[in-house]
Amino acid sequence: MLAALIIVFREVFEAGLIVGIVLAVTRSVPHRNQWIGGGVLAGVLAACVVAMFASALSNLFAGMGQELFNAVILCVAVVMLTWHNVWMARHGSELAGELRAAGQAVVEGSKSLLALAVVVGVAVLREGSEVVLFLYGVVAAKGDSGWDVALGGFAGMALGAVVCLLTYFGLLRIPARALFATTTVLIALLAAGMAAQAAAFLEKANWLTAMDTIVWDSGWILSDSSFAGRALHTLIGYTDQPTEMQLAVYLAILLVTFVLMRLYGSPAKATPAPAPS
Amino acid sequence: MLVSKMLSKATLLAVVCAASVSAITVARAQSATEIQLSYKDKKFDPAEISAPVNTPIVIKLKNLDAKAMEFESKTLKVEKVVAGSSDAVINVRAQKAGRYEFFDEYNEKTARGALVVK
Repeated sequence: MLAALIIVFREVFEAGLIVGIVLAVTRSVPHRNQWIGGGVLAGVLAACVVAMFASALSNLFAGMGQELFNAVILCVAVVMLTWHNVWMARHGSELAGELRAAGQAVVEGSKSLLALAVVVGVAVLREGSEVVLFLYGVVAAKGDSGWDVALGGFAGMALGAVVCLLTYFGLLRIPARALFATTTVLIALLAAGMAAQAAAFLEKANWLTAMDTIVWDSGWILSDSSFAGRALHTLIGYTDQPTEMQLAVYLAILLVTFVLMRLYGSPAKATPAPAPS
Repeated sequence: MLVSKMLSKATLLAVVCAASVSAITVARAQSATEIQLSYKDKKFDPAEISAPVNTPIVIKLKNLDAKAMEFESKTLKVEKVVAGSSDAVINVRAQKAGRYEFFDEYNEKTARGALVVK
């Protein structure tokens, strides 16, 4: 049972962190629970579908279907996260401020919620399909204390939900003023880390072979398979043996986010909003 | 304003796409060592495989069990789910000499094997 708990927890841990962050980011947006809940639900359903077709998916692209699929959905999440940050740079003050009552903000707000719901769905999908496969294998095998393992699996999922809540309430302890800046940085790092992971998947599939020299090996300080290493891997994309390409992609995403936020971010602080005529 | 915004978004997307496509090369020029490995009754066969140093490795894994398994190696940086009764291809980058352990994540204690690079 303990083994099952650990296996499942390891998978849902990452999704738990991401959902917690997204919940904190959207704390003041109306109807956010439906959106985020919908994202989780869609992720679970998609995970079941992916698990069902795991074998077929794997055989695509000369056996590299899994890697490419992961790379693609990570890229989708990166685009959504970056878009959210840029959008928040423009409209964040409206949402946080007293202007929230404006109907426009609600409509606009749901656009950003859709992006984040997609991110949540992707996070759940990626980790979920492995959990589904594992639990399905256990239940299908019946005989060897299947229920015991299944129980461990569900305990692991419950722990994942605890991680999510801890992340959420931990972030909410940050004063409202600083929270916006914090989550912006968190999301930018999250996006950069996911982009580097996508690059790593493309490297595994041999689709990306340029700049594949390993830049450093910090496994002796912090292995990315240790608990802290895994947490940092999810949050900021820490890897103990990054290739040049992964590093380049990581920095490029941070740069792109910064530039886009500058370009599209509202100059609201400098120029007062035009008076309604 | 909306149009210009969308235009610049499209340009950005195009640049990103172009950059990633140009970085992709069709196949690895260096020929890889191919290793056959099978998995049955929660055991790897053979339990120890070997490969020459500094060459990319391709592991062809046959999961003969009905249950899915997850081939994982922390030192080789590999993690791959293999559905029940199916095959998988695992690309491993060129390695330095050494012993690299791998296992089935779903049966970490018993299902273990190692790749020896020399």
